[in-house]
Amino acid sequence: MERFSRYVYAITIQGFRLPPHDAEDVFQDVFARVYERLDSLRDDDAVRPWIAQLTRRLCIDRLRTGSREVGTDLEDLADAPADDVLTELEEAFDVHEALAELPENCQVILDRFFAQDESYRTIGDSLSLPAGTIASRISRCLDKLRMAFEGRNSPPLPSSEQVT
Amino acid sequence: MSNYDAETLARLIGMLPPAPVGWVQAAQELPAAKAEIDQIVVRAQADAEFRAALLADLETALQAEGIEPEPRVVDKVRRLLADD
Repeated sequence: MERFSRYVYAITIQGFRLPPHDAEDVFQDVFARVYERLDSLRDDDAVRPWIAQLTRRLCIDRLRTGSREVGTDLEDLADAPADDVLTELEEAFDVHEALAELPENCQVILDRFFAQDESYRTIGDSLSLPAGTIASRISRCLDKLRMAFEGRNSPPLPSSEQVT
Repeated sequence: MSNYDAETLARLIGMLPPAPVGWVQAAQELPAAKAEIDQIVVRAQADAEFRAALLADLETALQAEGIEPEPRVVDKVRRLLADD
């Protein structure tokens, strides 16, 4: 749940722009179903697509229910949300997976600055570091993240080039 | 060689802010809530008086059992009792 909570949250709020109350219902519903299926979700590679599909389906159900209540034509929902937003959220999930492989100080500083919108000063005060140090650490940590992310996403080397 | 420069990575990190703490806590409590709900349904199957109390006023009956009658819980119990 720790691993997927942000992803599910982002699909409901950014992808489908559900109102917070509906988004929360979908969020809880997704994890209720995840817990029910936990035993059968053994293949790690299949978990993310399954959760993404489930979340999208529940969001669409919620939009349909809402459209019935306010009399919106279902056709108006046909292209919601934009596919590129969902694709970007998948990329964002991959970046967060790479981020989780970095040293903890990099995880914390990048997450607080970019995902939680905290200022250099707020982060610096809580870590007892000057704001300038925070800025340079962010830069170094982004470099590490880029290497980690590219390492995760680089295609396998041809067998003749593989390091043995 | 990479499309993932620092600016892009920063933007992608920012696309996944934490879910609200209350949502996450509620989701973490779901397995315990499910166990409680299952117990109530089993008891309702075995105890006609308890079942009648649930059907008459579900929210109050759940509160009497020490369960917070959140809409999600109430809906779930109601569905299970109806299916029963």
